[in-house]
Amino acid sequence: MEPPAQRTQRNRVVGLLIAVALLALTCVASLAIGTENVSVSMVWQAVTDYHDVGDQWIVHDLRIPRTVLALLVGLALGLSGTLIQAVGRNPLADSEILGINSGAALFVVSAIAFLGMTGIWTYIWFAFAGALFAMLLVYLVGMTGRATVTPVRVLLAGVAIGAVMDGVGYAVRLRNPQAFNNMRFWDAGALDARPLEVAAAIAPFIAVGAVLCLVVGRSLNVTALGDDLAKSMGGNVARTQILSLIAVTLLAGAATAGAGPIGFVGLMVPHAVRRFTGPDWRWILAYATAVAPALLLAADIVGRVIIRPAELPAGIVTAFLGAPVLIWLIRKRGADRS
Amino acid sequence: MTSAESGHPVTGQRDSRLSADHLVIGYEDTAVIADLSVDVLDGRITAIVGPNACGKSTLLRGFARLLKPSGGQVILDGHDIGSLHTKEVARRLGLLPQTSIAPEGITVADLVSRGRFPHQKVLRQWSRSDDEAVAEAMRCTGVCELSGRLVDELSGGQRQRVWVAMVLAQQTPLVLLDEPTTYLDIAHQVELLDLFAMLNREQDRTVVAVLHDLNHACRYADQIIAMKSGSIVAQGDPKSVITEELVEAVYGLKCQIIDDPQTGTPLVVPRASPHVRART
Amino acid sequence: MTITQNDTAGVTFGRRQCVIRIGNVSARASWRAIIVVAALLVGAFAIAVVAVGLGKYTVAPADVLGVLTGSNTSFDRVVVLEWRMPRMLMALLIGSTLGISGAIFQALTRNALGSPDIIGVTSGAYTGALIVIAGIGGGYYAVAAGALIGGLVTAVLVYALSYRNGLAGFRLIVVGIAVSAVVNSVNQWIIIKIDFHTAVTASVWQQGTLSGQSWSQALPMTVCLVVMAAFLVAMGPQLPVLQMGDDAAGALGVRPDRARLAYLVVGVGLVALACAAAGPISFVALAAPQIARRLTASPGVGLVPSAVMGAVLLLVSDVIAQQVFSGSELPVGAVTVSLGGAYLIYLLISQARQR
Repeated sequence: MEPPAQRTQRNRVVGLLIAVALLALTCVASLAIGTENVSVSMVWQAVTDYHDVGDQWIVHDLRIPRTVLALLVGLALGLSGTLIQAVGRNPLADSEILGINSGAALFVVSAIAFLGMTGIWTYIWFAFAGALFAMLLVYLVGMTGRATVTPVRVLLAGVAIGAVMDGVGYAVRLRNPQAFNNMRFWDAGALDARPLEVAAAIAPFIAVGAVLCLVVGRSLNVTALGDDLAKSMGGNVARTQILSLIAVTLLAGAATAGAGPIGFVGLMVPHAVRRFTGPDWRWILAYATAVAPALLLAADIVGRVIIRPAELPAGIVTAFLGAPVLIWLIRKRGADRS
Repeated sequence: MTSAESGHPVTGQRDSRLSADHLVIGYEDTAVIADLSVDVLDGRITAIVGPNACGKSTLLRGFARLLKPSGGQVILDGHDIGSLHTKEVARRLGLLPQTSIAPEGITVADLVSRGRFPHQKVLRQWSRSDDEAVAEAMRCTGVCELSGRLVDELSGGQRQRVWVAMVLAQQTPLVLLDEPTTYLDIAHQVELLDLFAMLNREQDRTVVAVLHDLNHACRYADQIIAMKSGSIVAQGDPKSVITEELVEAVYGLKCQIIDDPQTGTPLVVPRASPHVRART
Repeated sequence: MTITQNDTAGVTFGRRQCVIRIGNVSARASWRAIIVVAALLVGAFAIAVVAVGLGKYTVAPADVLGVLTGSNTSFDRVVVLEWRMPRMLMALLIGSTLGISGAIFQALTRNALGSPDIIGVTSGAYTGALIVIAGIGGGYYAVAAGALIGGLVTAVLVYALSYRNGLAGFRLIVVGIAVSAVVNSVNQWIIIKIDFHTAVTASVWQQGTLSGQSWSQALPMTVCLVVMAAFLVAMGPQLPVLQMGDDAAGALGVRPDRARLAYLVVGVGLVALACAAAGPISFVALAAPQIARRLTASPGVGLVPSAVMGAVLLLVSDVIAQQVFSGSELPVGAVTVSLGGAYLIYLLISQARQR
């Protein structure tokens, strides 16, 4: 009988492989399912040896870009949510609920409406600025002052700031409705009708963010213990926080620039995978890279199918799935534990 | 020890306005109090004592009509308390609860005047009698000079006196107190109990208090109801009820009972364990 | 009859009280509260007079007053009375409705953040309204009834999900936020399903708007509002008593469960009225009671000051919504969300400083 530690490690690896397999399956499903279902063999054809024959165009022109985008955005949201929860020591958080996505969205729509920037390569920088701005505000409102910092307090700050940003963003959009005619996804976060270049534009930033996650991964476990304890164990808390801040800015900003604000993915994923990984943040991050995209893809697929032939934006589906998770989380916490 | 059934007081002449008759009170499926009957002596101070979770607060809240009995009844002035109008009950019975919330930013006078609610009507929000009752209540409890201050700013002792003033402003002939001395230091505890003794003597109010300090109960009460596990183990005047056997049976504490040098009432002195004896 | 200005006989209230006694009838209020309410009413009137004159066809305030008194019978009359006044009045009505309901909810939850738009009741009421509009169809009363049911279901849901051996305030808020998210998604889904012409119209619906208000809606809404107000008056000052905790309230002669239920139904009913008339307008219910409370320096939230404050807030928001972009018009809900969100941030900061 192998020792427990090794057994756990082995289980985790197996679990991760299963998660990756699930991701692959979901990808295939995403390519096949939709308003019109395409058979798997045709999907295979379209991917490997594309000819403009039959329904292959659906796969090639519509679903591949969509799936790729969902993979990237899901990855970004999952990783950023995990980082926020780890560094913020706050299980009730992700980039949407803390208003970070709303900040990114506001700056993007402002850039489009006031500065005429229509290319994603240009307005993505505004997304980063907006995400950073929102994070700063949430920090100021939720984490300073004499009152104790509790997850609920930060959550409320995020909700308030998100609401203001949403309201102002909405007003900005109304200023120049034509510019947003093909950008309806800003209301609910949607992955459809986005050309592959969007995915290409956000990919490098997400990659950098993911690498940063790798870098801070080890120190997350120590940071999670609290500032004092972490320092006494030799962890460099400030460095972890700054790197995480940069990572979240890149990940959340890129995700929002690519697909509009999508919530709850970052919130749900760390909790969902913790059952299999235990409290080790490196493993949670690892699992998140597979599970989060799969989750978003699944939500997107559900959105395509549930009200055929119309489509439900992915952001709506994730809200439907994620809110019960939030409720379950807060009920679990017990009376006054912060 | 007197049994629960023979609830007749030693002095024997007063009626009982408030009593419990085969009372059964519980939460969800468990009955905290089962088949309890007792008469509260009118015009006297009654103390309900017992270990934690023996049901004394439950009994008091049953008396105050905060809990609905699943069996039996609480009788107030000859009627089932559940059949009386709530405001009518509030005019006869006042309760000082264990936990109350003072709304943020409320002044002392505002809080005390809320005690007049049972006497007010939609069109009669602040009659002269309301005025006088509040002024009198604040005079009695000595909070007049705190009148315009915010309750949030007061000390624990002052705040408790303000809540007492609110109950007094209600001008009820019966006053129920649920562990009124819990958050107070010893001086304020005595001060508060002296106040209730005064109210009982001078205004002839019936006082029923749940007290966790047995010695306080002995000193101030005319009638003691000792409870354990939801039933009454003994009741009567302190001297006959508080005996060494009873204290051991109810609290599990070995003690010695002497006469209080100040009042002559029973004083419970716990037996010292060998560790403590070794220190002297 | 006596009206005393000073402190009542022997009782120093700390703030000067105004006591009126006529025979057996008596009432008492703090002077500050009376002055604040009066000032807000005057302010609302002044803003309305000025704002009703703004737009492509301007009417000077003096002329507006002339129209109201009847001395001005020019075309101004049409502009003021037929075009713009209904909207102003609706803003005042809906604003006071939202203010009262916010006060009720905040008192019931004993939490300054426990307002119907944060805990999802407003969204739920809107769901009910949408279902009636999209599915069954009907006039104002039908839509309001649907909104009432939707709001009640949501309120019960939030209460049930957050109740766990008692009601911790923050748990209620978080559950409310979560339920709100779900219900908002449902609303968006319904709006997508309904055949709207453009996305702009659809998203305008999501924010709450006062454009297109007419007298035909004002009347039924006023009727319902008066009924509810009468009910609230008849209930007497039970709400302040409830705020002292169930035990203290019970001891004073209030039945806590029944009173809470009654107030809850009225609170949701008021939200439903507002929703049925103008869609979901958020943050007025949150901000009005707290701002009113600070101005009147009173303990806990007051129904009348909240109502008047809500009226002023919504009126100002609507003026901003109409005027800030020359040419196009914002839905008032967008303005209230921005202003209200900013207010919420301020509230959180000041709470953080205190504790």
